Amino acid sequence: MLSMMEEHHPKKNGNKRTGNSGLKAQQELVRIEAQITRLQSMQGQSGDTPQQIERLNQRVNDLRREVASQLNAWERTELARHPQRPYTLDYVERIFTDWSEIHGDRGFRDDPAIVCGMARFHGEEVIIVGQQKARDAKQRIYRNFGMPHPEGYRKALRVMKIAEKFKRPIFTFVDTDGAYPGLHAEERGQGEAIARNLLEMARLEVPIVTTVIGVGGSGGALAIAVADRVLMMENAVYSVISPEGCASIMWRDPTKKDLAAEAMKITAKDLSALGCIDGIVPEPPGGAHTDHAQAAELLNTALQQNLAAIKHLPAPELLETRYRKFRDMAQFFEVEA
Amino acid sequence: MTWFKRQSGHLDTSGEKKVRTEGLWVKCEGCRQIIWKKDLEDNLNVCPQCAKHFRIDARARLAQLLDDDLYEVFDSNLVSTDPLKFVDLKAYSSRLQAAKKDTGLKDAIINAHGKLNGRPIIISAMAYSFIGGSMGAVVGEAITRAIEKAIELRRPIVIVSASGGARMMEGVISLMQLAKISAALARLDAAKIPYISVLTDPTTGGVTASFAMLGDLNIAEPGALIGFAGPRVIEQTIRQKLPVGFQRSEFLLEHGMLDAVVPRKELKPYIARALDFMVQAA
Ligand SMILES: [Zn+2]
Repeated sequence: MLSMMEEHHPKKNGNKRTGNSGLKAQQELVRIEAQITRLQSMQGQSGDTPQQIERLNQRVNDLRREVASQLNAWERTELARHPQRPYTLDYVERIFTDWSEIHGDRGFRDDPAIVCGMARFHGEEVIIVGQQKARDAKQRIYRNFGMPHPEGYRKALRVMKIAEKFKRPIFTFVDTDGAYPGLHAEERGQGEAIARNLLEMARLEVPIVTTVIGVGGSGGALAIAVADRVLMMENAVYSVISPEGCASIMWRDPTKKDLAAEAMKITAKDLSALGCIDGIVPEPPGGAHTDHAQAAELLNTALQQNLAAIKHLPAPELLETRYRKFRDMAQFFEVEA
Repeated sequence: MTWFKRQSGHLDTSGEKKVRTEGLWVKCEGCRQIIWKKDLEDNLNVCPQCAKHFRIDARARLAQLLDDDLYEVFDSNLVSTDPLKFVDLKAYSSRLQAAKKDTGLKDAIINAHGKLNGRPIIISAMAYSFIGGSMGAVVGEAITRAIEKAIELRRPIVIVSASGGARMMEGVISLMQLAKISAALARLDAAKIPYISVLTDPTTGGVTASFAMLGDLNIAEPGALIGFAGPRVIEQTIRQKLPVGFQRSEFLLEHGMLDAVVPRKELKPYIARALDFMVQAA
């Protein structure tokens, strides 16, 4: 078992950007994990080994929490992109039942970078929409690395309108580096597809709960995130442009991505402080990728709470509250005499 | 330069490094001819030789579209608070100061009341010369207020886009403006108030992915660069050269993404015609 930091930053251990105490915690973490492995191999030889292991595991969790709390924006970006992080369908499998996928935009094709479908959430009928990444090479290409084309957004809207017609709540899961910047995507109106979703989501007459589970990449993320409740997982990021993109434009040097990540305020904590999201969903101590089941359990609880808070609102009130939320959000200007 | 700005105030050369503005002459990027600036301005800053549409600033746009060059500006006193205290190679606050000084505007937008062929109308015109017409909290708020004003007064609204997209230096705050404006447009739509979106060179990124594509009619000037992703990003992604004319107005028209491509001198009559259609006699 490797610590999160080792697994994720094989070359960066002891990186200066991790605070001093963070570094200490990390070193202790590595030591204790080695100790656990040793004890595990000696299991049965000594009676008190299980308790010892239990105590050490507790310490590991505390240390992981400590390390996680001190991650900088770029380190969190790497976590948000971690290939072992749960993707939309990993959560669907663990949180929902009776998943039944709905394909296609009725205009051009089915875009596998966005999955949509019916499911049951604690017995209640719901619609799910989410960007879908994949792990192995073939699947990643099939999913286009989670970067949707316009038809993906049009499918999402079509399916959300089914939810509206039958008065079922909508859960969306955001996990995309962005809408795909390709020739055909432009030909088929990437901008228009995103824009249409923003307008239509603002007036869908059913509750919408969005969770940024990994990467919230700009307009391509927002296109399924105009919701009554917008949550972010603890290690998710949400930004107007990727740190690399921002660095190459503003610093004229893509390697300044860590500076760009920090400057843009892209972490859940930052965005919560800026009032751009409604809540943060905690992750297992080392990050969602260390324990899919626990990550799903934590998300499950958050989804239940957030849906419960809005699902009994009459539609006009729901829409007015959603409108006011976005209308009054990000009001960072002043009136100059 | 001083003379040029004060006298004409029309030609926006900020984004066009290739256009040389030495004194009274301009070289056209389209046909490489040297044009007398006065001729260019008399022709609404469209090249008399090749019809290339030069970028014009927001004030010139309002003057061209509204009767007798007369309009009343509103919500012109909003300024960014630099919410992220963003610093890259330069501080955003100093970029803002410089842009204010260069343009005489407080941000990349002008809202105006005026008349178009006698009909009261609201126009929100973007200023590309102000940090690439990028949209942060001020632009987002100003456009939203213009839309709300249109709903309140039941007046048609025209938004003239000229923008590189969201303003990176305001991070997700700039992204949230897309949602805010689009939500306001949903209400405008429900109120059945006409909205004509005019896309000019360039209209890209978050502006294309929100209000610019949400008009009852989306019309563009000839030859304007319009897209979601920038051409360089696309080339890097797909690792091939883009076809000639890609992401230009005519390309979008051909692919069904625009209602019409309208030359600048026909813009006002086109909008007037559309409003005749859309506005019911009281
Ligand atoms: Zn010319």
